[in-house]
Amino acid sequence: MKLQKNTSLALYSVLEFAADPTRHFPATEIAAKYGVSAHHLAKVLAALARAGILESVRGVGGGYRLVCNLRRLTLIDVIQIFEDPGLPDGERGDSGESTPVGRALGVVLSEIDQMTKATLASITLATMLRLMARQRKAGQDRASRRRPRRASARNA
Amino acid sequence: MRQPPEAVAVRPARRGDLDRVIAIDAAVTGLPKRSYWLSVYRRYSGAGRVGRYFLVADSVGEVRGFIIGDVRDWEFGSPPCGWVFAIDVEPRFRVAGIGTRLLAAICANFRRAGVFKVRTILAHDNTLILSFFRSQGMMAAPFIPLEMDIEV
Ligand SMILES: CC(C)(COP(=O)(O)OP(=O)(O)OC[C@H]1O[C@@H](n2cnc3c(N)ncnc32)[C@H](O)[C@@H]1OP(=O)(O)O)[C@@H](O)C(=O)NCCC(=O)NCCS
Repeated sequence: MKLQKNTSLALYSVLEFAADPTRHFPATEIAAKYGVSAHHLAKVLAALARAGILESVRGVGGGYRLVCNLRRLTLIDVIQIFEDPGLPDGERGDSGESTPVGRALGVVLSEIDQMTKATLASITLATMLRLMARQRKAGQDRASRRRPRRASARNA
Repeated sequence: MRQPPEAVAVRPARRGDLDRVIAIDAAVTGLPKRSYWLSVYRRYSGAGRVGRYFLVADSVGEVRGFIIGDVRDWEFGSPPCGWVFAIDVEPRFRVAGIGTRLLAAICANFRRAGVFKVRTILAHDNTLILSFFRSQGMMAAPFIPLEMDIEV
């Protein structure tokens, strides 16, 4: 599944906020990290604020903060603000859809859509944070396993 | 109802727990299945059931939930792994960490049996239970469940 650019940006942003919910991030910080213009990101953040996921913070520094429940907001909740992750059965909208080939293809494609939706609807922001922590730890473990080998190679 | 998970002990199921297990299952599925649960109990409980686990969450003598699983060897060419095939927590006592305690307890049994992978299979429209297993760190397995109607 390939997400549209704004959807990916929204997920990156929401997870940046979720990783540190007490912090107010100025949009420029996230824009710089993900290589997009602050103007582009501002539109995405405004959409998230309209959906009740972020709240803009006035005053020094300004920016946004997360106001949703990390343990209940799922990836699909964020994605659906920007795009439809899979159409209902038989609504692909192409002209071959009602032919026998189109119908058979529709059955297979809707299997994939169902799995995609089930996955995205069951992963909360809190679950994503735990996944990120596990990946960080796996990266550190890999790095620490490599380090002694290099040291012993130097010693040899 | 939130309740500290410390107040809950996870232990092997006993014959006297079956009425509560049947009632919890019936509350979730709408179907009381006494003979099914009796046969599950016979297969998964008691001494000598190597690699089979039927555990209950007990809070002050009341069963609040249960989990059942076993170690499966070389199924579809896969090295031995732990399978969880049922988990249920009484609706009034959910979101209080009981499901987490049950899964941790069965995983501890799997670890003692020498297996380090746990699997389950879920209905893709059961978002609640999918969210639960995802929250515990489960990811998609390298298998695809398939089925077909057998023509009559
Ligand atoms: C799935 C189930 C076992 C979870 O038990 P539980 O005791 O409520 O689970 P926990 O309190 O340990 O919850 C652990 C995590 O699961 C997730 N979770 C649990 N209930 C959730 C809900 N209603 N919505 C979203 N996520 C939920 C959360 O991430 C939760 O962590 P959190 O409390 O920090 O948010 C329980 O809801 C249940 O028995 N459901 C019915 C199961 C069923 O259909 N069984 C039949 C097929 S085997």
